[in-house]
Amino acid sequence: MISHPSEAELQAWVDGRLGAVRRAEVDDYLDARPDEAQRLHAYRQQNKELRARFNPVLDEPLPWSHTQPPRRVWPWRRIAAAALLAVGAALLGGAAGWNLRGAAEPGIAAVEALPRQAALAHAVYAPEVRHPVEVGADQQQHLVAWLSKRLGTQLHPPQLGAAGYELVGGRLLPGDGGPVAQFMYADASGQRLTLYVSTGQKEKRETGFRFAQEGNVSVFYWIDGSFGYALSASIGRGELGRVAQTVYDQLAGQ
Amino acid sequence: MPDPREHLLACLPRLRRYARALTGERSSADDLVQDTMERGWSRLSQWRAGGDMRAWLFGIMHNLHIDQLRRKHMPPADPDEAQALAAPSSAAARLELRDVQTALALLPAEQREVLLLVALEEMSYEEVAATLGIPLGTVMSRLSRGRERLRLLMLGHAMPAPLKVVK
Repeated sequence: MISHPSEAELQAWVDGRLGAVRRAEVDDYLDARPDEAQRLHAYRQQNKELRARFNPVLDEPLPWSHTQPPRRVWPWRRIAAAALLAVGAALLGGAAGWNLRGAAEPGIAAVEALPRQAALAHAVYAPEVRHPVEVGADQQQHLVAWLSKRLGTQLHPPQLGAAGYELVGGRLLPGDGGPVAQFMYADASGQRLTLYVSTGQKEKRETGFRFAQEGNVSVFYWIDGSFGYALSASIGRGELGRVAQTVYDQLAGQ
Repeated sequence: MPDPREHLLACLPRLRRYARALTGERSSADDLVQDTMERGWSRLSQWRAGGDMRAWLFGIMHNLHIDQLRRKHMPPADPDEAQALAAPSSAAARLELRDVQTALALLPAEQREVLLLVALEEMSYEEVAATLGIPLGTVMSRLSRGRERLRLLMLGHAMPAPLKVVK
């Protein structure tokens, strides 16, 4: 004799959480009670509709404000930098071990650190909807003058219109060797790429083009004298390489 | 052992989904997530490694949400009842009520929470009980009442009286 299912069991049936035997028994029970079956099927339909309605939120870009530690720890740039790196590492997925230590250890080779830091900064700011940059491209003169002053050298953000990317603006970031400038560009579809310019590369040498993959962020980077450059985007290596070549050529021509 | 900060950030998209469904509105949801994350960050050292981070964070969000409702002097059930009562029975209003989000907003908050944790988060009933700090039996009765109420709302019924007695 099959025991009459409780309301709790019927709820569990809706959610597919009964064992196979009991589920079959409840199936039989419902076969004989169309009204009850209709009610429970409506509940299943609710589950589907709720997921269909709200699951898209999972894929929305995360606001930067949600990913940062409480504001009161922020007055110090140094802490901000550490938090940024930790958040960036998390956004990139994996890389649990190195995030804080790797960036802070003076022993780590600057050439190795450059693409990581650039990719982290990209991962943090590129999805930002409201405040992707501190100063927008509409104030380009001010932007360039400000960042040039802070980095202690005349900067010329490259023009990437020919490659389909327009300057969005830029921001100042803390780096190991002093301030770092981040220029952000976007194409017509909203795809963003960032150019990370750091000064104070200790080794003062030149490297060729190098490529690194950090999570889903592709990075082309190179060192030119005391400058380190890194171009980051979540696009394929080939496309990013073409843009990087443009950037490289323009900077070399200055 | 995964870094707790990463663990916390990994829960963020789900918190946002839940908050959006719970509040039914983007800016309140963003505020709720912001507050939850701030509290989560500041109490991260209190989180017991190996514990259930998701239940911990959703529990924080639950408490903040209840606080919010209290601050607005809106005991969870009342405004919902009032709206349900006021719902006109015209054809247009019925049609609108068939929208799942609109109907969801008419559920008492405590039923909405349980339903969302089960349907969206796919938490086990025991996890829901632990997250909300209520007995398992209460989870089941709120789930049952919430689903039935949502079903009737989506069929275009105005809900005339609180269904407090149903077990």
